[in-house]
Amino acid sequence: MRLIGQVGDWLDARLQVGQTLRETAEHPVPRDTASWFYVFGSAAFVVFILQIFTGILLALIYVPSAGEAWNSLQVLNHGIQLGWFVRALHGWGSNFMVAIVLLHMVQVFLFGAYKFPRELTWIVGVFLLLMTLGMAFTGQVLRFDQDAYWGLGLGASIASRVPVIGPAIVHLMLGGPIIAGATLSRFFAMHVFVIPGLLIAFVAVHLLMVVKLGINDWPMPGRVVRKATYVQEYHELTKKEGVPFVPGAVWKDLCFSALILLAVAACALYFGPFGPSGRPDPTIIQTAPRPDFFFLWLYAVLSLLPPSMETPVLLIGPVIALGVLLLLPFVVGEGEKSWRRRPIAVLSILLIAVALGDFTHLGTFTPWSPVMDAWSSDSIPPRFLHNRSALERQGALVFQEKQCHNCHALDHIGGKRGPELDSVAARRTQDQLIRQVIQGGGNMPAYGKNLSPAETTALVSFLETLRPEGQPAARDSSRVVVLQPQTDKPASTQP
Amino acid sequence: MTNPDDLSRRTLLMKMGVLFNGIIAAVLAVPILRYILSPVAQERDQGFQSWLPLGELNQFPAGQTRFASYRNPVVNPWDGKTGDIACWVRNVDGKTFQVFAINCAHLGCPVRWFPQSNLFMCPCHGGAYYQDGSRASGPPERGLFEYHYKIEEGKLFIKAGEMPTPGQKTQSSLVTLETRRCV
Repeated sequence: MRLIGQVGDWLDARLQVGQTLRETAEHPVPRDTASWFYVFGSAAFVVFILQIFTGILLALIYVPSAGEAWNSLQVLNHGIQLGWFVRALHGWGSNFMVAIVLLHMVQVFLFGAYKFPRELTWIVGVFLLLMTLGMAFTGQVLRFDQDAYWGLGLGASIASRVPVIGPAIVHLMLGGPIIAGATLSRFFAMHVFVIPGLLIAFVAVHLLMVVKLGINDWPMPGRVVRKATYVQEYHELTKKEGVPFVPGAVWKDLCFSALILLAVAACALYFGPFGPSGRPDPTIIQTAPRPDFFFLWLYAVLSLLPPSMETPVLLIGPVIALGVLLLLPFVVGEGEKSWRRRPIAVLSILLIAVALGDFTHLGTFTPWSPVMDAWSSDSIPPRFLHNRSALERQGALVFQEKQCHNCHALDHIGGKRGPELDSVAARRTQDQLIRQVIQGGGNMPAYGKNLSPAETTALVSFLETLRPEGQPAARDSSRVVVLQPQTDKPASTQP
Repeated sequence: MTNPDDLSRRTLLMKMGVLFNGIIAAVLAVPILRYILSPVAQERDQGFQSWLPLGELNQFPAGQTRFASYRNPVVNPWDGKTGDIACWVRNVDGKTFQVFAINCAHLGCPVRWFPQSNLFMCPCHGGAYYQDGSRASGPPERGLFEYHYKIEEGKLFIKAGEMPTPGQKTQSSLVTLETRRCV
């Protein structure tokens, strides 16, 4: 023990940081900020450290070459002892990091921590969020499989829509005319050098400001932030009822961080590593690429936007979102901090959470994508074929063979791109069915050129049988009038 | 004691030092920027867009649409399989061809051909195209990208070398499809 003390003294005599470190550790924080709500920032930091460590471990084996990356991932998964576990830790650590950073952001937003004098802390935090998402995306590319390959194509297609310089951005992003070795190498450089370097620097600035400006005091309804008086009030608060950060508040941070690390390890152990999926061979097109969890909402938005809205929303939306986040502390830098007095703030969070949650949920089962093999693998439920005429059954065959099933479900089986057809005959008359099949419309291709008249007749006669029992078929009332016998016409129309 | 003259002389020297570093940085920036921007400048390189054989004509029967692939003209030895690019070849009537890029005109996912319904369908966001490549439904704003082709010595060649993306308005290797809308 005495030896350790002596070594410590020897080092401190030269480094001269002991005093600063001690003061930093013991700086007083308001008593009620030693709270379980104030643990997300430190947890994000701890997961970031985990990511650095596991990332370096993966780099011992991983080969950032388009031709070999996928093979080296297979070696990591199967050829190296516990390679799969390190991959799983890194993959799950990434998911946890994004989740905790988002939670941290919601917490500091609801607690008004972005207000004076912590505006810059918030702005640096916004950039930390962007970098975290940047790490998640570039990391997904390094898992160089089919999803990564086509995900890059998606990124390139979005980037190409930037006016004038779009194609140049695509070439810069891909490192050449196509997605290939140069693309993977530059994403490797971004993921391993550029973004982590920036992250470390920005985290340092972020932490420095937290220490210098003091942790955000617990928001009390009625305790209003004013630039003239806030700093004075904060110092009085910490003087009056402050506790030293170590050990007064830090034990909760330590407990929560350990819990998060345990959760990452448990997920890694139980669920294992992510992928890789199929080989990144662009000539294998039997694939339905999809992004990782935290980009699923974007995948859904891209499917649901009307075509004309897509480019403006993709290019202007992020600028507006970033602008709002960056300007927030300047527009509402003073005033109430408590969420109890900030209904718009609470509603905004709820709205964003519900929207992101809903889009993510949709992204997990992609109702907008045709089910590519429904026509050959999902059969028509037998109840739709019982007691049907030969023509109607012929129509059911056309329904399968022409891939109608890829987009239309019967009894919840099949694609969900178009409406389910269980009760289509109750909604559409024969004429409407024929018109829809031949001309398409809405979101349906026209089949006029791809169906013979006989096939169309059979298909429509099958569709006309699709209605729930006891429900009448759709009726064209104008046709009834036209086909009425002459004698039934009202007398007033007669001369 | 430092006299004011001495101070200003040292300040001047420091400023000259800063200026000197600035000049060196500007000079170094030129090659560094050219290095970074080399993928953009690559377009002017020879062979960036080349005529590439897709195979014998008899591999593409009249009236049918078949899968084909080619090796990109610009590749590095470590590109592996990523240098192989797929496309769809439609033999319209034995004499006329259409060669479509594999990438959906929406966001670049690989479209699949369904000969039964004569449609190209995209697995990502549900885009669909008719057999002539024109847009049928879904989020794409336009039809499939189409390569220029030529027939020489019984072989089908296309001009290719770059991944088609929706932002490229005037691309030399691609035919514009705007005028060919299916009714």
